[in-house]
This record gives sequence, structure tokens and C-alpha cells, in this order.
Amino acid sequence: MTFNHQQSAHCETGVMSSLLTHAGLPMSEPMAFGLASGLAFAYLPLVKLGGMPLIAYRMPPKHIIKTLSKRLGCRLHVQTFGNEAQGRAALDRALDEGRLVGMQSSVFWLPYFPPEMRFHFNAHNLLAYGREGDEYLLSDPVFEQPVRCAADDLQRARFAKGALAPKGLLYWLDDVPQEQDWPALVRKSILGTTRILDGLPLPWIGVRGIRHLAGKIGKLDAQGHKYNRLYLTHIVRMQEEIGTGGAGFRFMYASFLQEAGRLIGDERLCELSTRLTATGDQWRQFASLCVQHGRSKQNPPPLSQLSDSLLQIADSEQQLVAGLKGWLKD
Amino acid sequence: MKLDEVPQDADGSKYGGHQKLLYAVDDKGEYHEAQSAGWEAENYATDLALQELEQQAQQARADWQAGATSVLPYLMYRYRMDELALAQCTGLWRWRIRRHFRPAVFAALPQKILLRYAQAFSLPLEQLTACQQGYRDDL
Repeated sequence: MTFNHQQSAHCETGVMSSLLTHAGLPMSEPMAFGLASGLAFAYLPLVKLGGMPLIAYRMPPKHIIKTLSKRLGCRLHVQTFGNEAQGRAALDRALDEGRLVGMQSSVFWLPYFPPEMRFHFNAHNLLAYGREGDEYLLSDPVFEQPVRCAADDLQRARFAKGALAPKGLLYWLDDVPQEQDWPALVRKSILGTTRILDGLPLPWIGVRGIRHLAGKIGKLDAQGHKYNRLYLTHIVRMQEEIGTGGAGFRFMYASFLQEAGRLIGDERLCELSTRLTATGDQWRQFASLCVQHGRSKQNPPPLSQLSDSLLQIADSEQQLVAGLKGWLKD
Repeated sequence: MKLDEVPQDADGSKYGGHQKLLYAVDDKGEYHEAQSAGWEAENYATDLALQELEQQAQQARADWQAGATSVLPYLMYRYRMDELALAQCTGLWRWRIRRHFRPAVFAALPQKILLRYAQAFSLPLEQLTACQQGYRDDL
């Protein structure tokens, strides 16, 4: 199979971009992200990661795969396995048939990940494009080059237990239509994003979620430096470390708005993109502030400054959503 | 973020020598992909989390070797888990796992339960059996 590996910022969008491009519908990573309405913000205190609340800057795992396939009218083949040996056999069969196969796996058990990056996260996505002896040829979207992985190691990663267990999930796309109604797709996806960011009556989601987090930071006990430091750097890790393309997917979505604006010939989307880039820069500054707070024992930036900075971000995102809604009305 | 602002803080980077992809704009505001060798703020955040896990693992190792706890807390932290994650991986309740942290309870665990732990850590069952029988050198 001739397959071109392409590095991406994020695993799920990277896999979709590669699958679609390989099937003859060239699609950049930001377009895959935007058209699937992937952008979000969520503060989920009940879902714990290492004792900390889950803070997400995008929709939950598998949302992008499912939504994008549906909107583009592709047939998405998915399969999970109760029996691990069957899961392996199914992967081999699909590869023998010459398919490019998407898989869900754990990050922790993939040996080609550097030790510093190996945490228990079970919703990683990657592609297999071949097999040589006892090794699989993999295209892991967040890496610069294709990688190889021993069969037993891949098997362990595909059948890791725990939260979001992959259960050997395999997926691929059939019947990818080459003709698309781009203006309608862009509209529909942007409408979805405005609803998620500012339209749900829940205090933890979207712009309200950002304000909620600002409130949480404002209420941290200034004496508990050790906990505060872990809490604030946890936010930074959720925002930057876990492959977001910078600023918790804000730059990636801004890139989508620009590309979509060019594609359908609408300059106003490009202007909105510029505004979102500025919001992304605010997010990066907020991350720097969090780290400064953790670092300096003597004179850390006050928690109120961090929480004010988040409130400003919430305002900018609300204005952006208003701009997008205005664009949808015309 | 402008292309020339894309951080290249390779010193102390937690990407293991790899580069990460970011999206940034050029002088005309056009978006491009850009590789980053590391960002100092992010490095600090990752490093802090890793240090925390490392400290917990070292403490748990000392407790195990002193006979104060079973080997399980040490393995749990060494494999970058916490009680919740270990409970999810083994399918055991948290209170049972906490009970298994007691050396006497651990020593009496049946093979069936031990196997669940062995699978969660991807270790041979014999190593855990050896620990049950008093093995205290490193794993």
C-alpha cells in the first residue's frame, strides 16, 4: 500500500485527516477538526485524572470520528472485541485486504512513546498500514515519522483495561463521497460549535465552564501552595501537553475558520479566525501565569490575577461565538 | 501565536527528543503548521507531575521494603496509576485494593486475584507470588 504519513497535532483529527486523504478526499487536520465541531470547553469535577478534575478543550473521544463520517456521508466501519485473539486476527485480515486501519489504544503501553509522555490515557488513536514479520507498521499521527511496534506490545495497548478501555477498537471508512457541499458543511459545523460553546444550560460546559474554572481558581486556598501548584499545572497539561496544536485547540480551530473562509469565499470567517488567534494567545499567557504561580515561592502572581485572566478569556470566547452566530444569520 | 513565537525550548523538553506540531500564523496572518521542540511552561508542568509520581513511588517502595505495606502501592505508582486507575484496570473495588495494601492480607491473596494485578501491571504472575512469599529486593 502506498501511504503517506503526516504528522498532526492531535491523534483523532490526525487519523481522520489521513483516512480521508487516503480515500481520495484531501482534508487537512484543522478542517477535520472544524467540520466535526470538535471545539469545546468542559470542566468535569466528577471525572478524575490522577485525583484532578478532567478539563477538556474538545469534544469527548470518538466524537470527531463519528460526527465527521456522518456529515461527509462516509460509511464508518467500527468493531470492538471481547476476545483478544479475534481482535488481532481482525487487524491482520484488514491489513491483508490492503486497508488503512484506525485503532484505539492506550498511550502507556506503546513502547515507541518516550517515557516522559507515557501516561494512562486509553483513547489514543493511530493507524496501521502494514505488517512485517512480527512488527506492525504504524502511522501515529503525533509523531514526525511512521513507527514500528512489536505485535505483543500493540496487542497490550489495544486491550488495556480501565477508563475508556479501547477493547481493541478497529475502524475504517468505506464509500467516501468525493463531492461535498462545502458551504452547507461549514455552516452546520459552526452552528454545532456555537451551541456547545455558548448554548447549553450547564455550568461546566463552554463559556460558562471557563467562568466556573475561574471561580474555582479564585477560591483556592492561598496557603495550600503544593496543591495549588499541582492543580494549576494540571490545567496547563490538559491545555498544552495532550496534543492540542497549542492553546487547547484554539489555534487549530482558528486555522479551520481561515481555511473554511477561503474555501467558500467568505472573508468574514477569516476575520473571526484572527480574533480567535488572539484568544488563543490569551490562553497561552494564562498557561504561563499558572506556571509562574507554581514556580515562585516568594512572589507568585496572585490567584485573583489568574482567575481574572480566565474571565477575560471567557468574554473573548463569548464575543467570538456572537460573531459566529451573526455570520450564521446572514 | 506567530511562527517566530513557536517555542523551541529543547532544554528540559519532555518530548523525548521529538517535535510536536502546533498551528501558528505568519506575518500576513496565514496559518501554517510549525514544529516545536518544547515549551518551557509545559515542560515545567509535565516535570512536576512526573516528580510527584516518582516521589510517591519512592515512598511506597521504602514502605514496602520496610514491611509496612505490600508491594502493590509501589507497583501502582511505578506504573503511573492511582487507586482509582488501579481499581478500573483490575475491576476490583477501591476498598478491596486498599485492603490488599496490608502485607498480611496480600500474603493470603488467592492466585486468581493476584493474576488480575499481574495483568494490570503486565508482570509475570511469578513475580507477585514471590513478593507474597517475602521477596523484597527490587522488581
